Amino acid sequence: MVIKIQRKFDPFTALAFFSSTVIIAFILFPLIEMATQPTLADLLETIKDPDVIQSIRLSIYTSGAAALISFVFGTPFAYLLARHEFVGKKIVESIIDLPIMIPHPVVGIAILSIAGRNHWLGQIFNAVGLRIMGSVTGIIVVLTFVGLPFYVNTVKAGFEAVPTRLEKVSRSLGASVTGTFFRVTFPLAWRSMVVGMIMCTARAVSEFGAVVIVAYHPMIAPVMIYERFTAYGLKYSQPVAVWLIIVCLVLFLLLRIFSVPKKGYA
Amino acid sequence: MIRLENLTVDLPGFCLREINLTVGNGEFFTLLGPTGAGKTLILESIAGLLPTSSGRIYLDGRDVTRVAPENRGIGIVYQDNALFPHLTVKENITFGLRYHQKNGRAPGKNLPLLIDRLSLEPLLNRSVENLSGGERQRVALARALAVDPAVLLLDEPLSALDPNFREEIRGILKRLHTATEITVLMVTHDFAEAHFLARRAAIIHQGTIEQVGYVGEVFTKPATPFIAEFVGMKNVFPAVFHQDRAWVDDLCVTLSAPVNGSGKYIAIRPEDIQISPEKFPTDSPNAVSGVISGIMNHGFYSEIGIKLADIRFQVMLQSSTFVQMKLSNGAPAFIQFAPSAVHTL
Repeated sequence: MVIKIQRKFDPFTALAFFSSTVIIAFILFPLIEMATQPTLADLLETIKDPDVIQSIRLSIYTSGAAALISFVFGTPFAYLLARHEFVGKKIVESIIDLPIMIPHPVVGIAILSIAGRNHWLGQIFNAVGLRIMGSVTGIIVVLTFVGLPFYVNTVKAGFEAVPTRLEKVSRSLGASVTGTFFRVTFPLAWRSMVVGMIMCTARAVSEFGAVVIVAYHPMIAPVMIYERFTAYGLKYSQPVAVWLIIVCLVLFLLLRIFSVPKKGYA
Repeated sequence: MIRLENLTVDLPGFCLREINLTVGNGEFFTLLGPTGAGKTLILESIAGLLPTSSGRIYLDGRDVTRVAPENRGIGIVYQDNALFPHLTVKENITFGLRYHQKNGRAPGKNLPLLIDRLSLEPLLNRSVENLSGGERQRVALARALAVDPAVLLLDEPLSALDPNFREEIRGILKRLHTATEITVLMVTHDFAEAHFLARRAAIIHQGTIEQVGYVGEVFTKPATPFIAEFVGMKNVFPAVFHQDRAWVDDLCVTLSAPVNGSGKYIAIRPEDIQISPEKFPTDSPNAVSGVISGIMNHGFYSEIGIKLADIRFQVMLQSSTFVQMKLSNGAPAFIQFAPSAVHTL
């Protein structure tokens, strides 16, 4: 027998339900519309366009490179932030969050202002043959700039979730600081690094404002979408956008599956 | 052997001050104190896991104050056992072996014996995630002892366990210590554990050591009012002494022997006080009457508060006796205690 509990109408539950529906619809409705408006023929034709393939490939490549750079430099930094208290730590943490707050074109302008010929750093870059303006290098620099905070913050939280006592026990058993990191901390925190790289890549793929200032060409996908929109209109920009979303979704899905906990711990 | 000389640790909001302590070779020593007294800090300083401000730490005569934790040769077992969750039981136990190969002899020689003594054989290939509390603590012990440390540090190893596991691990600790004669320093807030396991104890309170001595001696002759209360003497009163008398406010208490002026307090165990609803027939020197104020039922025994003027005595009584006496809150009651039950400190 099913016993039914009589429910009284509760205004707050109703409000919560209503707002959830509105928010989900607000996010999904435009996206679904955009994705369904182009015909299949449009989509097929677009993906045959070498310029489109080139731009999506460049987007993925530069964002992935930004995530790798964040991994290499961000991991020890995140460990430091998670494990050590020092004077000015709050300031350092705020500095890490700066790229999230700065308007995107300002990021581009800021990077250009150290890369120009009038700046000593720009002169050094020039001397070693590094070009920032209008180059793939420039795009990667910009994307790393905007993506790093997402990586560092995620991995910092991941390290914080590993109890310090495990590291202490490892030290007492004879492992050095490095040994402890690779045998205890890393195996317990690597998933947060994968998540951090996904977050960083996702943020980088979506960057437009900063890239368009530093490198209009070579063209990453968001810039191409913008260009097609201004030059030809909505109908021509939509299919490129759909393809970018599809490719990114598949990539993130693969990474997620790859990093699913085996079972037991995590 | 462990020797601490003027060990001082300064942390934001807490500090250990000038700790001096010697734990003999093969001794089972316990650091007793309430939560937050700084016991774990002493343990982690010895292990090198905490920066010390000043003082010296010696292990087996070697000054290790500036030695990295991995080179100190200590084993540590925490209350929450701190097992590596990504490794199996066996991988946990053998974690440290690879770092101890240079000592001339093969590491892990004592491993089969340890696994046998701690009955770990059936668990070896299991993940540590779904072990019981007692099993986890056995693994933690095996892991610490597998590298053959000179000193074993135990941080409240029994506190987080269910009562039945607690007895099991307590027995194992006792047997292991007897068999291996390793030097053990255990931190606990439970006097009963100290009684069962340790020979000597140090009582630590607010970052300083207040008394060091044999466990039984600390129990019967506490040095400070804090320790008196810590070992269960719930009746601690400041007193003025004159020969074999002590005055607590207007109440005159007869002592078993004269005190030579240095005492400041008297302390009486609640179980050493007799209580009755009627006047006691014999004329004890320490018989007074008061009013019952507060009754606490603890199951097997009850705790009764007796108020006379500004003094409040606490008396412990078997619950069955308590029911027979028909004592109730606010009723008059008589108490008496032998002069020998009065401790002076």
